[in-house]
Amino acid sequence: MATLRLNVNGEQRTLDGVDDATPLLWVLRDELGLVGTKFGCGISQCGACTVLIDGNPVRSCSFPAASVAGEITTIEGLAGPNGELNPVQQAWVDLDVAQCGYCQAGQIMAAEALLRSNANPTDADVDQAMAGNICRCGTYIRIRKAVKTAAANRGA
Amino acid sequence: MVALNYQGIQDIFDAVNNQRWAGAGGFQIAKVGRRDFMKITGLVGGGLMLSFTLPRASAKSGPLQPNGYVRIDETGILIYAKNPEIGQGVKTSLPMMVAEELDAAWDDVQVVQAPVDQATYGAQFAGGSMSTPMNWLPLRKAGATARAMLVGAAAQRLEVPVDALFTRDSHVVHKDTGRKLAYTDLAAAAAAMPVPEADSVALKEPRYFRLLGKRITGVDNDAIVRGEPLFGIDQTLPGMKIATYQKCHAIGGKVKSANLDEIKQMPGVHDAFVLAGNGNAMELLPGVAIVADNTWATIRAKRALRVEWDESEAATDSWSGASASAERLRGESGQRVVDQGDVDAAFNAAAKRIDSSYTYNFVTHAQLEPMNCTAHYQDGAIEMWSPTQTPGFAIANVANVLGIDPAKVTVHQVRCGGGFGRRLYNDFMCEAAAIAQRAGVPVKLQWTREDDMCCDLFRAGGFHQLAGAVDGDGKVSAWRDHFVTFTNDGKRPVSGLSARVFPAELLANVRFEQTQLDWSTRCAAWRAPGSNVFGFVVQSFLHELAQAAERDHLEVLLEVLGEPRWLTQGNPQALHTGRAAGVVKLAAEKAGWGKEMPAGRALGLAFYFSHGGHIAEVADVSVDANKKVKVHKVTVAADVGPIVNLSGAENQIEGAVVDGLSTMLGLAVTFENGRAQQTNFDKYPMLRMPATPEVDVHFVASDYPPTGLGEPALPPLAPAVCNAIAAATGARIRTLPISEEGYTV
Repeated sequence: MATLRLNVNGEQRTLDGVDDATPLLWVLRDELGLVGTKFGCGISQCGACTVLIDGNPVRSCSFPAASVAGEITTIEGLAGPNGELNPVQQAWVDLDVAQCGYCQAGQIMAAEALLRSNANPTDADVDQAMAGNICRCGTYIRIRKAVKTAAANRGA
Repeated sequence: MVALNYQGIQDIFDAVNNQRWAGAGGFQIAKVGRRDFMKITGLVGGGLMLSFTLPRASAKSGPLQPNGYVRIDETGILIYAKNPEIGQGVKTSLPMMVAEELDAAWDDVQVVQAPVDQATYGAQFAGGSMSTPMNWLPLRKAGATARAMLVGAAAQRLEVPVDALFTRDSHVVHKDTGRKLAYTDLAAAAAAMPVPEADSVALKEPRYFRLLGKRITGVDNDAIVRGEPLFGIDQTLPGMKIATYQKCHAIGGKVKSANLDEIKQMPGVHDAFVLAGNGNAMELLPGVAIVADNTWATIRAKRALRVEWDESEAATDSWSGASASAERLRGESGQRVVDQGDVDAAFNAAAKRIDSSYTYNFVTHAQLEPMNCTAHYQDGAIEMWSPTQTPGFAIANVANVLGIDPAKVTVHQVRCGGGFGRRLYNDFMCEAAAIAQRAGVPVKLQWTREDDMCCDLFRAGGFHQLAGAVDGDGKVSAWRDHFVTFTNDGKRPVSGLSARVFPAELLANVRFEQTQLDWSTRCAAWRAPGSNVFGFVVQSFLHELAQAAERDHLEVLLEVLGEPRWLTQGNPQALHTGRAAGVVKLAAEKAGWGKEMPAGRALGLAFYFSHGGHIAEVADVSVDANKKVKVHKVTVAADVGPIVNLSGAENQIEGAVVDGLSTMLGLAVTFENGRAQQTNFDKYPMLRMPATPEVDVHFVASDYPPTGLGEPALPPLAPAVCNAIAAATGARIRTLPISEEGYTV
């Protein structure tokens, strides 16, 4: 149980007494109180736990916190300094994407990762990038539209 | 034999499945007042009362709070959302009903989740697509009541008669001068006004609605996209521990021994102990509880846990065994549950007879938030924060498990990460309560996905052996179905046919028979109970009969529906054949029914009525030589009366189409030796974005009382897709999921 040092949403966090094998998900939720990242399956199948490490989407349920080398961004870290929603978040609100809302943090993080690497994704790019995230309520149609809307608004 | 009491499961199942028939008078809500209420009796915990009471009067001073739904003071307007939010949108749509009649500007309204208080709110639950029909008039009355008091206070202040005033956007306005008084400024004076009798308060004519029918984004959307704590899993209490609970995956198994001493030594673990269970299958099953500092410690400890189960009275359910039993029953008779007309004579006189067997597998709820509950037991009372669809039921179950008075149980509603029927059952709350009582500290019980899938209350599979007759005129003249279903308690079926199931109310000669196979694993309600599979069976078979008669499916479906009429008089939750024909024609027209299609591609049609909703769907599907299926587009026409929140309504239909498609394509839970064989999403391939079709939604603008939308758009999807595949390829699919017949996406 070495000291765990993480950069989360631009802040340096130091934690002692955390089991080395603890997945990043449970460090975020239980130790740091960042509960926006969700637990769905625990085996990297549903994407509810998606966070960014150096901009890349990672399934935090299966990624040991001790192995994280880069900067972590969670859903709580997307809004601007004055709380303004980023374009992906704003598109999700404007298009009323959510039903239960439980998967949407993971969906938004996957969409954010896509748009950081591909500012103008095609429909096929969107489908491909979002295929790792399950929405049990079936909001895929709106997620597709929201990703395209966010892409347009990011460029604006 | 499993010695458990399954009574409560069936009671809830029956209530949710059948409540639309349980008292048509309850929906004649034109005269809703304090004395009007509807009861469903015979339920757990002394009965679920579906009460239409409008709550108590406010105090004579302070905020305007004439009922449980509205609270206005100088700082703003609060509207209380009474029912659990599970993704069906009621935390937004029910307050919209209040705001409409209150004439509050939606942007001025803050929505707050109501406490669980059935004396104030009547029944508080999410099930049966009932929130909209049950609350449509009472909540509008609640808003109109507050509005009337505000107008009265304004009339006093301006010294004008009330009919010199109107209301708009959270203000009372004087017609002649245009002078405006804000509700927030009038609230204190309005609170001193007498609360008018509900019967005396006028409601708007729908053509004057300013909010209802618009697209309104969900009230929690801002918090959702920011990742703020909302859901059950997000709850924390000072000093809280995390708990896990290991049950036998074959229901009925009891703990013989477990390596508790070893578990207690593990890092972060505080305690580990055995709970014996209370013999009630929807309350507390036997298992091993582990209480630890954090979730990861519980997961590690659970992996190290070794339990020796006594399975002498555990389930031995086998899907392959049940399938073999159903096969042996082919051609046999079952118990007649519907027998009308002269079925045998109609078959003897038939020009054509078709025999078909349909099968569907068990499925699990797979709500994305695994079950959890936060509980704090102290001084003989318990407080719980729970993602449940039935907070009212839960109180009785928890009190029973703990042996305390129900008045000592407090339940807080939290947002639910999906429901689909799973959260109608509060076994997880009973477990949390029992663990919290023993632990002496606040605990959050957190199930894993494996707990969820192995210990669900499943949507049962089933087997239908159908026969249909077509007469010399090409009309469907008789229909038989021998349904091989299951029973948990040896008495009632977990899913059963009735005189309400299509086409019993529409054809003269119909016989439904039933045979029940014993099954110990819990079976229960899953989105659109019964209908979610009956729709597939009967709407596929009707297409088979149309094909046998060499007639157009649309024409045959409309012929079976017949002249416009209510099938049950006086119940606006009943099927109306004119409304049915209306949506069938609309869906067909919008989809271009009858148009030329390329080879290997076709349209498929289905109609199904459930939960008061009349819904028709047309699927545009292509299939290649390798049985790879592409669903291009689904056109949906729905008549559910006036639309409350257009965005939410469209979302429910889009979601039901995706859910229906996901389930029919590849989802099955099979059982061997009493155990579910699929324990996580790697073996349960839910639909993902690339296979998602375009969905085109059309609502029929009707002025019938509104009905709910959480469920009824799901049942027509599977038959529409299967009928399209049959039309495209000639191959009839008679098994769900269709992956079992070799289809892929």
